[in-house]
Amino acid sequence: MNEIAANVLKEDPRAIARLITFTENGDFEASNAMKDIHRFTGNAHVIGVTGVMGGGKSTLICEIAREFRKKGKKVGIIAIDPTSPFSGGALLGDRVRMMELAMDKGVFIRSMGTRGMLGGLASAVYDVVEILDASGKDIILIETVGVGQAEVDIIKIADTTLVVLVPGLGDSVQTIKAGLMEIADIFIINKADRPGVNQTVAEVESLVDIECSNEDRRTPVLKTIAKEVNGIKELVQEIETHKKYLKNCKKFDIKRKKRYEAELVEIIRKRLMNFIFDESKFKDKVELLIDQIYKKEIDPYSAADKILGKILK
Amino acid sequence: MNKKIRILIAKPGLDGHDRGAKIVARSLRNAGMEVIYTGLHQTAEMIVETAIQEDVDVIGLSLLSGAHMTLFTDVTKLLKKKKIEDIIVLGGGIIPEQDIPKLKKEGISGVFGPGTRTEEIVEFINKNVKK
Ligand SMILES: Nc1nc2c(ncn2[C@@H]2O[C@H](COP(=O)(O)OP(=O)(O)OP(=O)(O)O)[C@@H](O)[C@H]2O)c(=O)[nH]1
Ligand SMILES: [Mg+2]
Repeated sequence: MNEIAANVLKEDPRAIARLITFTENGDFEASNAMKDIHRFTGNAHVIGVTGVMGGGKSTLICEIAREFRKKGKKVGIIAIDPTSPFSGGALLGDRVRMMELAMDKGVFIRSMGTRGMLGGLASAVYDVVEILDASGKDIILIETVGVGQAEVDIIKIADTTLVVLVPGLGDSVQTIKAGLMEIADIFIINKADRPGVNQTVAEVESLVDIECSNEDRRTPVLKTIAKEVNGIKELVQEIETHKKYLKNCKKFDIKRKKRYEAELVEIIRKRLMNFIFDESKFKDKVELLIDQIYKKEIDPYSAADKILGKILK
Repeated sequence: MNKKIRILIAKPGLDGHDRGAKIVARSLRNAGMEVIYTGLHQTAEMIVETAIQEDVDVIGLSLLSGAHMTLFTDVTKLLKKKKIEDIIVLGGGIIPEQDIPKLKKEGISGVFGPGTRTEEIVEFINKNVKK
């Protein structure tokens, strides 16, 4: 077995961290290790946390993690923030709200930039889930970038998706309508110490009524005050109930297969793009075609046929 | 391969000012780096643990309270104890000229006093991180 993979299985934090870096950078060494660890994955329950910007996602994740730690579970956390499309750099600040976990050996936290991915995730996030899973984490929490309109890709990877809203803003309801209704397994109205919380709960409940009228499960709506560790026990209880529900009705297998489908597509996408745009012999060819498109000697569709024809043969 | 430089900006000790640290963090972001920011009042143990998990190339320590000798060198000593040799440690803040050689001897490879242009820091990192 690949050495770094072996050390990941031994829960060595430096091996875990380094393999994550390799996958993020598309380093050649990553794929061998990733091949070795897959057999050892599948145990971790993956919880996605998405919702309005500044809604308290990081604070909630810290408290959820602490609650699972009390139950003796090991926890991995992936905190995703947007990469600047201009500089390629990123400010990764979610850890500020998680420092209470910094010295806990049963918790591994990794911050990631989106590095050009749309949808609120980072391209390497599938790999990172596999790595944390293989390293013995029972629970993996993923914080997506704050929701604008279309950051709903978390559904492809999470077993349980938490959607975090806050009181007051008529926004919450708008946010739900923009696609969050369908992805939520549990709604959280955080900052329940703020005025207007009961009205927001009522609004969300009435939307859930419509959405779930033909479903065998009604999406719960919970109130929390993450900053005061209020409502967290109940939330973790709901997460565990949801997990049991998934296992009982076979939706679990469907979700997992969807995740592997998304992961497979992502691996192929990355490889193809690298092959076409980075591999030197192809790069020249692509540049030539772009030049020809510009000069109207060829159209973009025929150019794509030329590139893909070579690969698909 | 698409390596990005990752850097942890941490504030050890008790002073409550992180304006300078945040300005540096933004400049490094604008220079294409991934900057992990962890907030105030970090112990050396927390800083090193975070640096390991985040697999950073650089730790940037910022301090205004004058306790830099011990707080900075606590971090480099701990790194040494854990046999971590591939992380560059930088220090910034109000640091008297005469302390700089001592800090460098203790493994703080770059020291940036007040009035340092952020471009200098970016340049230093780009030059010293292994590609
Ligand atoms: N009043 C109140 N404030 C809270 C609560 N939970 C978190 N906060 C505060 O809300 C602010 C944002 O919290 P974060 O946890 O950083 O929120 P986030 O959703 O992760 O933010 P982004 O990652 O920037 O989108 C912080 O100042 C928290 O202290 C709460 O229950 N009540
Ligand atoms: Mg956050």
